Amino acid sequence: MCKFAQKSVKMNSNSLVSISDLSKEQMLSLLELARYFEENPNHKILDGRVVATLFFEPSTRTRLSFETAVNRLGGRIIGFSDASTTSSSKGETLKDTIIMVSNYVDLIIMRHYLEGAARYATEVTDVPIINAGDGAHQHPSQTMLDLYSIYKTQGRLEDLTITLVGDLKYGRTVHSLIMAMKYFNPTFRFVACKELQMPSEYLEFCDKHGIKYTEHTDFSPEVINTSDIIYMTRVQRERFTDIMEYERVKDLYTLHNAMLDDSRDNLRILHPLPRVNEIALDVDDNPKAYYFTQAKNGLFTRQALICNALGINPLKK
Amino acid sequence: MTAKKELAVAALRDGIVIDHIPSHSLFKCVKILGLENLDTQLTIGNNLHSSKFDKKGIIKVADVYFPESVLNRIALIAPTAVVNTIHDFVVTEKRPVALPDEIVGIVKCDNPKCISNNEPMYTRFSVINRNPVVIRCHYCSHTINADKAVIL
Repeated sequence: MCKFAQKSVKMNSNSLVSISDLSKEQMLSLLELARYFEENPNHKILDGRVVATLFFEPSTRTRLSFETAVNRLGGRIIGFSDASTTSSSKGETLKDTIIMVSNYVDLIIMRHYLEGAARYATEVTDVPIINAGDGAHQHPSQTMLDLYSIYKTQGRLEDLTITLVGDLKYGRTVHSLIMAMKYFNPTFRFVACKELQMPSEYLEFCDKHGIKYTEHTDFSPEVINTSDIIYMTRVQRERFTDIMEYERVKDLYTLHNAMLDDSRDNLRILHPLPRVNEIALDVDDNPKAYYFTQAKNGLFTRQALICNALGINPLKK
Repeated sequence: MTAKKELAVAALRDGIVIDHIPSHSLFKCVKILGLENLDTQLTIGNNLHSSKFDKKGIIKVADVYFPESVLNRIALIAPTAVVNTIHDFVVTEKRPVALPDEIVGIVKCDNPKCISNNEPMYTRFSVINRNPVVIRCHYCSHTINADKAVIL
């Protein structure tokens, strides 16, 4: 325990831990950069750079897309995808692991099962850190790819009606999306059963920032047909204290193709994946289904985040 | 009672008297200030009569002066506390404690999955509301009401 010393801590610059670390201007320039990489996915501007991907917790999509991003940019990768093969399984502290890896690399991309791990990492090294998920806390690269997907499909971020469906209580992606959209005058619809409604702190966040929202327990045609984006999330059985309640609601928030018949032409369906049964397979062939392309956008967005963290901007000659 | 209290304060030649500590916070204050490690004369009184609230605690420390920033660390759990600085039997300064914007190394985060509960490191909270006092973990963003805060 600290008694009298109050050592000040400072996050190193260029790190990205939380979506709230980014200003509106930074978000927009990252989206512009992501668009550049979509058009030029194999621009080898990381020649000679080494990037560490430290995955203390397993992940498929996030790790593969970050590693693909580094490869397509021409950088080299070291790291691990399973902490049980590393010194942390011998009791090494996170601090020691981060300092040690910092000796070798130009950038650390990390996922950890403990909340706040990435923030702490930024305080023990000067090497920039990108948070690829810290427990149930933050996952800013997911939010950036969500923003990019919205921007790309709608042509703008301003004045959109966005419907969030499913697990709004525990879903970190929906919470981060609300925080990121505060700059763009959105209208949110929160569709969830009572057990999984949006926590009051996020409703207060909306009130504080003048964000319009309505809450619904019914995934109704009125909600669907007036949305520009429908963001589906997985309703997980383990979130319920009452299993009967889960059985009652599990199919109420499933999207079927027929439900999209009268929806807006510009509507797109997003989902952070993996999906289970909340989007029926018959939606996949509907041109409004966007979740697989959304995952692909993660590659370009992560290329942008990596370059930004390394202070490299291919748009500036 | 009043005469006795004045006598108790005046009896100190040099040092500090921390008065108006809520009784239930007294020993937490002792812990936060690390008083158990002092080797100078120390007097602790608790459940004393108080005109401000039901009962109060008081701490007298001889021959030691703490920096303001250190004394302010008890403001989280004893916001009513007043620090009297005494030189040669005279109270030279009377100052209420002030809650800092950041609380470092005092409170345990109540989120078992927070990194601060799993690494040898200082905890760090920012004060996001002052009345009632609510603090937020710098690492995992969990919020804690000060009256429920667990002191490390």
